[in-house]
Amino acid sequence: MGGFAETNNLVTMPQHRIVSFPPHFPADEPMKQSTIVAAVAAGFLAISLIEFSSAEQVDVEALAVKLRSVGPKGEGHAEAAQAWQAIAKADADQLPAILAGMQGAGKLSENWFRAAVEAVAQRHLKQGGQLPVDALEGFLADTRQAPRARRLAYELIAGIDPSAEQRLIPGLLNDPSLELRRDAVALALKIAIAEEEAGRKDAAVKTYAKAFAAARELDQIKEATKKLRAFEQPVDVPGHMGFVMDWHLIGPFDNTDSKGFDVAYPPEKQIALDATYKGKVGKVSWKTHRTSDEFGIVDLNEIFERPKEGTEYKLTNEHKGTIGYALSEFETDQPREIEIRIGCINANKIWLNGELLTANHVYHAGMEVDQYEANGRLKKGTNQILVKICQNEQEDTWAQRWQFQLRVCDELGTAVLAKNRTLNQTAAN
Amino acid sequence: MTRSATCLLAVLSVALFCGADWLQFRGTNGASLSPDAAPPDSWSETKNVAWKASLPGRGASGPIVVNGRTYVTCSSGIKQDRLHVVCFDNETGGEVWHREFWATGRTLTHPFSAVAAPTPASDGERIFAFYSSNDLACLDLDGNLLWYRGLAFDYPKAGNDIGMASSPVVVGKTVVVQMENQGDSFAAGIDTATGETRWRVDRGHQANWVSPIALPGEREGSMAVLLQGPSGLTAHDSMTGEELWRYDVPCSTTPSVAVSGDHIFIPANGLTVLKLARDATVPSLVWDSIQMSPSPASPIIVGDRVYTMNNAGVLSCGDVETGKRLWQLRVGGRHWSTPVVAGDRMYCINSDGAAKVVQLGDKGEVVSTNEFSEEIKGSPAISDGALYVRSDGHLWKIASGLR
Repeated sequence: MGGFAETNNLVTMPQHRIVSFPPHFPADEPMKQSTIVAAVAAGFLAISLIEFSSAEQVDVEALAVKLRSVGPKGEGHAEAAQAWQAIAKADADQLPAILAGMQGAGKLSENWFRAAVEAVAQRHLKQGGQLPVDALEGFLADTRQAPRARRLAYELIAGIDPSAEQRLIPGLLNDPSLELRRDAVALALKIAIAEEEAGRKDAAVKTYAKAFAAARELDQIKEATKKLRAFEQPVDVPGHMGFVMDWHLIGPFDNTDSKGFDVAYPPEKQIALDATYKGKVGKVSWKTHRTSDEFGIVDLNEIFERPKEGTEYKLTNEHKGTIGYALSEFETDQPREIEIRIGCINANKIWLNGELLTANHVYHAGMEVDQYEANGRLKKGTNQILVKICQNEQEDTWAQRWQFQLRVCDELGTAVLAKNRTLNQTAAN
Repeated sequence: MTRSATCLLAVLSVALFCGADWLQFRGTNGASLSPDAAPPDSWSETKNVAWKASLPGRGASGPIVVNGRTYVTCSSGIKQDRLHVVCFDNETGGEVWHREFWATGRTLTHPFSAVAAPTPASDGERIFAFYSSNDLACLDLDGNLLWYRGLAFDYPKAGNDIGMASSPVVVGKTVVVQMENQGDSFAAGIDTATGETRWRVDRGHQANWVSPIALPGEREGSMAVLLQGPSGLTAHDSMTGEELWRYDVPCSTTPSVAVSGDHIFIPANGLTVLKLARDATVPSLVWDSIQMSPSPASPIIVGDRVYTMNNAGVLSCGDVETGKRLWQLRVGGRHWSTPVVAGDRMYCINSDGAAKVVQLGDKGEVVSTNEFSEEIKGSPAISDGALYVRSDGHLWKIASGLR
């Protein structure tokens, strides 16, 4: 039934009777008493709602404090709920002030602000009012404001001004808001495609390169990469994303019955790259490995000597009930905050310089770039990033992968590269 | 006219309009049943489609209907981290309001599913919109935010990268959510009015997609909630979370338990039927039947018949008391959406968007096939004789031109 013409969000219906108030009232029947009562009541309801919903100047600053105070497990919710009812009555000219209140708000309270902004704007527009577009554009231009507040300001503008994308988005290619930057990259890719189709190859390559440099999300990075490679342009995906390609690996250690997740094997106690330890089967020692996968995937089934088929394991000759460790020696000139992001289909833990950053006791629930994120701080000099990758003993064919991919970046996803990083030679170049 | 008189009339008008609500997954009482409704038994682009509205995002959740409005949840964005609640006017299909939120929990899912997988729930005054990211937003019927919980914000290891799908259920003054996964696995009862956690019980560390369901208690007003887990079914006091009884049986993790009268229908060992004890202790086994195994849609009970749809799209009809399979009908396709029954017609929509209307009786018969031509994963709703169906892109109202 894909043949309906859509108008805004409503797709007009064929053969649909004209409906007027009151609902459920067939035109060929006399109006029942209950329906008349309902109609009158609804009229009063509408009047009283208008009365209740009239806008007013509110003390945004004081109310925003309460919305920002929302914490986990319901903390501060009662006060925030009261504050929300008050702030949602604000006049539309207070929208920039409400958006400014999002500065310093946590992920949870950002949603309280968002709902209030939407309620104010939608009510105001329904009543035939106009949004303070100039003030909202000024807010959008102020990169000191909270990224999500600026994004929301843009959405308000774009909701009433069809030219907003063309006017505002091109200048946001390197914006600190990931959402605004994403739109800018998408627009750049669209422009590059148009240039390519018009036969303007040099311009297209330049625009694709700009889009690639600004892209922080995987799908856009892949799209720009594909286009640049079609023009035989060199692209360093692992360098752009910050994938760690060189590792020291050791294993397998025992993870029978998934009990090894909480066992501290020797690499968790001390890093000694020349040491030999008792592994699950025989002795194990550290070996170096450089992945050639441009998204940094390290496949431990390929690296550690496989068990013999038909002996220990019933269905496959892949490793089962095993643990591997991966170590990166990551050199930096300056201390700095970072995010370590891992994609791993197995249970995993990550330590930075001996400090446990994250532990994810999940097996075979998918693997994606940036699946798990952890915050850490690099020290000046050599840092040790240690990863524990635990495979369980499921025999399903879809549960045989034992692999991970890890990158180091900032909160926006911009690569943080090690000083001792070697030039990449991946399967793709 | 005084303010109090105005309010009285307002309340009266609301009461007059709220007779045909579909408040949560599988309907207000969780039975997937609207005995007196008669939606059209066939429709097409030019017949019996009252309206079709665009949705701002994807969703495996079903629509719900409250006071003449339909509420739908969606998720959008490359990471599906933008969460939506959209309210439509049932008469016109026009958007009444639309709220968006940023997900605070994990948003990875299997491509077939969506972050908006759980069907929202309502107590008739509030909408409880729940997502795979474990965000739980409570709005009033006009879109005003009453409270917002990020349950994975509270318990960061709660999540399942294949996607969570358990729908919340309102039991009295508590909205119950079941978040079973390999990380922080629990069920919780949240105060509908304040958003505060009344109770929280640990659950097994295994992925589970089933939904809780209310179980009316012996005492007037007392309500329990049933939680189905991989190792059994437990009944809990809805106000305290206290475990009232446990029945050990290896349950399915996709189709959900159903209740009809004093019988409980568990997707376990095929289908396992229990009879409630008069003293509210552990129920007793009536029968189990591997022939009546449901998957992934949940069982439906209509009078003395139980219906299950299996993985191959075969509908089975069984006797409630004996478990004897009475007939089978190949409907065809995979049914992630649990069918709904209106009168003696069952509306079965497979994931390819083919809706088969089945005449129920001494045997089953497909009376029409109606194509939505879009993937359908959410269970439909029935209200005021209309069928409401959502896809990743649209919401349809299927209704006769004149009712």
